[in-house]
Amino acid sequence: MIAGYIFLYLPIVTLIVFSFNDSKMVTLWGGFTFKWYGVIAHDTEVLDAFKLSLKVALMSATASVLLGTLAAFAMVRYKSFWGRTAFSAHINAPLVVPEVITGLSLLLFFVFCERLFGWPDRGILTIWAGHTSVGMAYAAVVIQSRLLEMDKSLEEAAMDLGCKPFQVFTLVTLPMIAQSLLAAWLLTFTLSLDDVVATAFLSGPGSTTLPIVILSRARLGLDPTVNAIATITVAVVSVGVFAGSLWLNRQETRRAAEQAAAYREGMQHAVAA
Amino acid sequence: MKTQNIAHALFNNWGRRSVIGIPYLFLILLFTVPFLVVLKISVSETDGIRFQDLLSYVDGAVTLKIKLSNYLFLGSDPLYVETYWSSIKFAALNTAICLFIGYPFAYFMARSPANLRPALLMLVTLPFWTSYLLRVYAWKGLLDDHGVFNNILIWLHLIDSPIRMMHTAFSMTIGMVYAYLPFMILPLYANLVKMDLRLIEAAKDLGATPWQTFWLVTVPLSRNGIIAGAMLVFIPSMGEYVIPELLGGPGTLMIGRVLWDEFFSNNDWAMASAVAVTMVGLILVPLAIFNRYQADSGGVRGV
Amino acid sequence: MQQKHQGAADLTGDASFVRIDQLTKRFDEVAAVDDVSIDIRKGDIFALLGSSGCGKSTLLRMLAGFETPTAGGIFLEGVEISQLPPYERPINMMFQSYALFPHLTVFENIAFGLKRDKMPKDQIAERVEAMLNIVQLKPYAKRKPHQLSGGQQQRVALARCLAKSPKLLLLDEPLGALDRKLREQTQFELHNIIKKVGVTCVLVTHDQEEAITMADRIAVMSNGRFLQVGQPHEIYETPNCLFVAGFIGDVNLFKGTVEVDEPDHVVIGTPECRHFVSHGITGTLDMQVSIALRPEKICLQEHEPTIEQRESAQEHGYNCARGMIDAVAYFGKFTLFHVKLDSGMVIKATRENAARHEETQLVRGQRVYAWWDGSDVVVLTN
Repeated sequence: MIAGYIFLYLPIVTLIVFSFNDSKMVTLWGGFTFKWYGVIAHDTEVLDAFKLSLKVALMSATASVLLGTLAAFAMVRYKSFWGRTAFSAHINAPLVVPEVITGLSLLLFFVFCERLFGWPDRGILTIWAGHTSVGMAYAAVVIQSRLLEMDKSLEEAAMDLGCKPFQVFTLVTLPMIAQSLLAAWLLTFTLSLDDVVATAFLSGPGSTTLPIVILSRARLGLDPTVNAIATITVAVVSVGVFAGSLWLNRQETRRAAEQAAAYREGMQHAVAA
Repeated sequence: MKTQNIAHALFNNWGRRSVIGIPYLFLILLFTVPFLVVLKISVSETDGIRFQDLLSYVDGAVTLKIKLSNYLFLGSDPLYVETYWSSIKFAALNTAICLFIGYPFAYFMARSPANLRPALLMLVTLPFWTSYLLRVYAWKGLLDDHGVFNNILIWLHLIDSPIRMMHTAFSMTIGMVYAYLPFMILPLYANLVKMDLRLIEAAKDLGATPWQTFWLVTVPLSRNGIIAGAMLVFIPSMGEYVIPELLGGPGTLMIGRVLWDEFFSNNDWAMASAVAVTMVGLILVPLAIFNRYQADSGGVRGV
Repeated sequence: MQQKHQGAADLTGDASFVRIDQLTKRFDEVAAVDDVSIDIRKGDIFALLGSSGCGKSTLLRMLAGFETPTAGGIFLEGVEISQLPPYERPINMMFQSYALFPHLTVFENIAFGLKRDKMPKDQIAERVEAMLNIVQLKPYAKRKPHQLSGGQQQRVALARCLAKSPKLLLLDEPLGALDRKLREQTQFELHNIIKKVGVTCVLVTHDQEEAITMADRIAVMSNGRFLQVGQPHEIYETPNCLFVAGFIGDVNLFKGTVEVDEPDHVVIGTPECRHFVSHGITGTLDMQVSIALRPEKICLQEHEPTIEQRESAQEHGYNCARGMIDAVAYFGKFTLFHVKLDSGMVIKATRENAARHEETQLVRGQRVYAWWDGSDVVVLTN
């Protein structure tokens, strides 16, 4: 197992180490330096691409969660409607279809549309559409599993106490699934930020995302600026994931302790009575 | 039990329709229709850069023109046949190696102390959250002729000149295993951690050696995890593009990369479309098997 | 809202505060509730008792409004409500899982329904306070549900239902989620609160003890139908069919034929003995019948019962069988004996351990006489 972890982390560690390498030969150690970070800080191609990536990721994660929530809700709450099987196939399909196909088919579709309506141009909108169609499938899966484990009587109780269906959703369902919405948002956000294949098909001139830049540089060979970008990514993600799981862990521990205390208290009452 | 709820009936009017309709419409528009476009282009006659309509209405007669030459070419051209075959081989090899490494990994994770497990799990999922592209790129630095591994080996005087590792089947396989290992570990772990340990104790109590217990009890019980993990690795690795592009070489043919080249380098949209349609067909086979298994085990649980 | 009057029946009176009229619910052609009719008195606790899948929960959910009946009607104070959505019914339900909103405090949970009625804030606070007093949870108002014990959660759920002053309170397995130890105490508390508030209540349970101690009237359900409706002691002492007799408590069943059929008594012959029944039955001579006898009604002793021990001299020679003690199980407050009668049938008999040391210990292998009173025998003719 330890060997497994080494296998998982060795490449990442070397990636980081060589981002501080002061040598043109990326793999030969030539002393410690921060210079590659300086280089990317002034590299407009990287910075512009990063901005676009961030924009696309924010938009598509948000849209994915909104659409994914609706889709998950439809799957879990409506057990029979016309075309339910087709609907579930539609939700799951983007998860298994290779990205080259998603990218190709969307591009051909957009080209087709453009010829018919003169719209849309390839750019942020088409990238967004591609990321969202895949992202909503992921979001739907995450939210669906939360909805399934949620006690249905909570919603019934709300209705019993006077909530109309929409109030049931906003006052009870939404707070119950909030955590999974956040998880789905983060997942689709990173997926979008990371996507390269579908994006390559869907991006037009002047709309290059960060992964496209990385891919084009990586194709040409080893490039220390890519290492620097990687190091920043890894740092941000690890801090985020660490903090997130620490917080979750603390919440859970506290909750368990409170539950145990309440149980003990209850039993003492019972014995005393 | 099917329940026709009053609330649902009330929601029927506009709420229910939009809850189902909006995502449905979105998926049809951005998933099904585009795929139909691909399907159409793959069998269309090209007229310069325009594709002709399949159905034409000339002199009161409806003509349906389907050009299957792209598919015939796919089936007869040794390069394509070779590519499909090699994609399947690499995907299968990748699945086998991932299972071989992932199973013991997941097993020890699931049997480690309960308070350690969240941390171990997080360590597996952490690379997941970092860029996939960058993780693949990292292997370039390790496996290059002047990469870390060769440098270390030369420095240790184990070899005199660098071993060629990049752009070979070896480098591509290692990259694929690396990228897809977590997809194997996670479902296996989820399965193994839920396993009733009393069954294993019972097997031991009945005289099975640890080795027998593992093969006769643990492995059969984790069948669903194995199948789920295998599918999660096999299906996407068949259509992989980034890894063959960055780590593979001329000898490692993968369909995803061929499709990309047809489209971007040769500008042959019809051919690219035909490749895509065939690829979907190839993916549907393992998927159908997977669904069958799921339905089977579901039935067993239901009894 | 339309009012349907059913013949000359008094729909608004206290006797039929809730009227369930030929109610049927089918799921895919399977009838979960099959043509059920009942009137529930105002202020009564009415229990629906049956094993899982008997239709009791479906009936309750139709009362709450979560299911629409396939046929029939539900009237509350004479008003047909079966087509109203749950949020428009003056009915509240306490769920088996309690369904407390985990993201809200105890106070907010109880106030939840009141807010939906657009009650002014100060009145809500007052009402919640009053509810917390009733269920004795005032110090816990600020806690979240997971910070409460099972018993406390149950009381919050009850308070949340009662806060809206429903005309009808529905309880779905109210004690099902509690530890065994807590049950008995909670059962009494729950009963007292409901009676104090005076709300009419329909309760669903699979636990016969719960039904017997909580309810004023019980309906025993099976396959979507009511088998018997009556007060707890009626159901227990005079079950009307084999299913009810077997479902409520332990029972010994003898099969035999009617040998003497008089208006004031009957004699039934079984392979074990001749049974003298000190009341008339609706049956005919030579009819095949079953006899139900509760284990606690059977006396075991070494010598033959004397005439003095008997309820009446007539019974001498009847209602008595010889056998051998086959098994003894000590349960603390009582002891259960399995007695193998000479006919080969094994019967169960219990003896209360009132004194600390019984003077006559019965042991395994001992030969005994098992006998009982003619008034304790229940004859089941179907």
